[in-house]
Amino acid sequence: MVDYTPEQLAEIRRKQKSRSIVMALILGAFVALFYAISIAKML
Amino acid sequence: MASKAYLPAATVTADWRDFLALTKPRVLTLVVFTGLCGLLAAPQSINPVLGFTAVLCIALGAGAAGALNQWYEADLDALMRRTADRPLPAGRMDRQTALHFGVGLGAFSVILMGLAVNVLAAAILAVSILFYVVVYTVWLKRRTSQNIVIGGAAGAFPALIGWAAATGHVGALPLMLFALVFLWTPPHFWALALYINSDYSRAGVPMLPAVAGNRVTRIQIMLYTVPMLVAAIAPWPLGLTGKIYGVGTMLLSIIFGLLALRVGLSREDDQARMKPERQLFGFSILYLFGVFGLVVLDKVI
Repeated sequence: MVDYTPEQLAEIRRKQKSRSIVMALILGAFVALFYAISIAKML
Repeated sequence: MASKAYLPAATVTADWRDFLALTKPRVLTLVVFTGLCGLLAAPQSINPVLGFTAVLCIALGAGAAGALNQWYEADLDALMRRTADRPLPAGRMDRQTALHFGVGLGAFSVILMGLAVNVLAAAILAVSILFYVVVYTVWLKRRTSQNIVIGGAAGAFPALIGWAAATGHVGALPLMLFALVFLWTPPHFWALALYINSDYSRAGVPMLPAVAGNRVTRIQIMLYTVPMLVAAIAPWPLGLTGKIYGVGTMLLSIIFGLLALRVGLSREDDQARMKPERQLFGFSILYLFGVFGLVVLDKVI
């Protein structure tokens, strides 16, 4: 177990949050892309 | 084998920007552009959604190759000023995360290309990623001064992939464009290596100026420029492109040839005064954008 200072912990939380938001946006974009691909393949 | 000796331990979680930096975004712009041009220059059109997916897969595959390159070369990057601030040498990310990211992204890009576009484009994409990581990064880069000559093929694949995505096969024009990028890589990188030679030498990378000296490098730049210019202009007399491409490429090639000649005839050894080398490096990027842009322009008009 690593002992982080409160500042380090806050920094880690901030980075985790921004990563989670970006990951959610990317996943959302891929859902839309896969839907569009499915329609395009049917044409 | 890559060593961990120079690497600081990552102390905090990597930011999303670090993952983006791992994909070498600046290199991606040229890769995406040549891939897009290969796709647009093809005689058959492709559904825009599938075309977008193909270009996206090329970008993701190139990003994966960049990430795996940085994973393997973290110890070298730590020794060079130009690369010391990358996520791994700077200690903002641990090596395992970079490895997982690179392998995952590469596999995803190939699978998506295969399922959404076609198997040939996916196969060439897989070969290009493996070529860059295994042949160039692991095998050649630290062993021979010819590293970027053979490794240059890795950067030549996107146009081929773009064409294959649109047509399902490989034709003469994308093969000429492949040859062009392959022959363009040595003068492009050696011009850079001439004026950042000390950085490569410090890291122990056997770039041509460090191994054979500046004079030999200058001669090699001129020697590779000749077949490169032939490969660039050849599609016109071969009837693969029209007059717009031919005349435009001739003009760009004359400038490239003159800049390469100036570098070839120079005797300058002081890196701070190597202006022609910087100009050749800068123009070589513009040249590739220009020639590929002309391929598309020629087809559209």
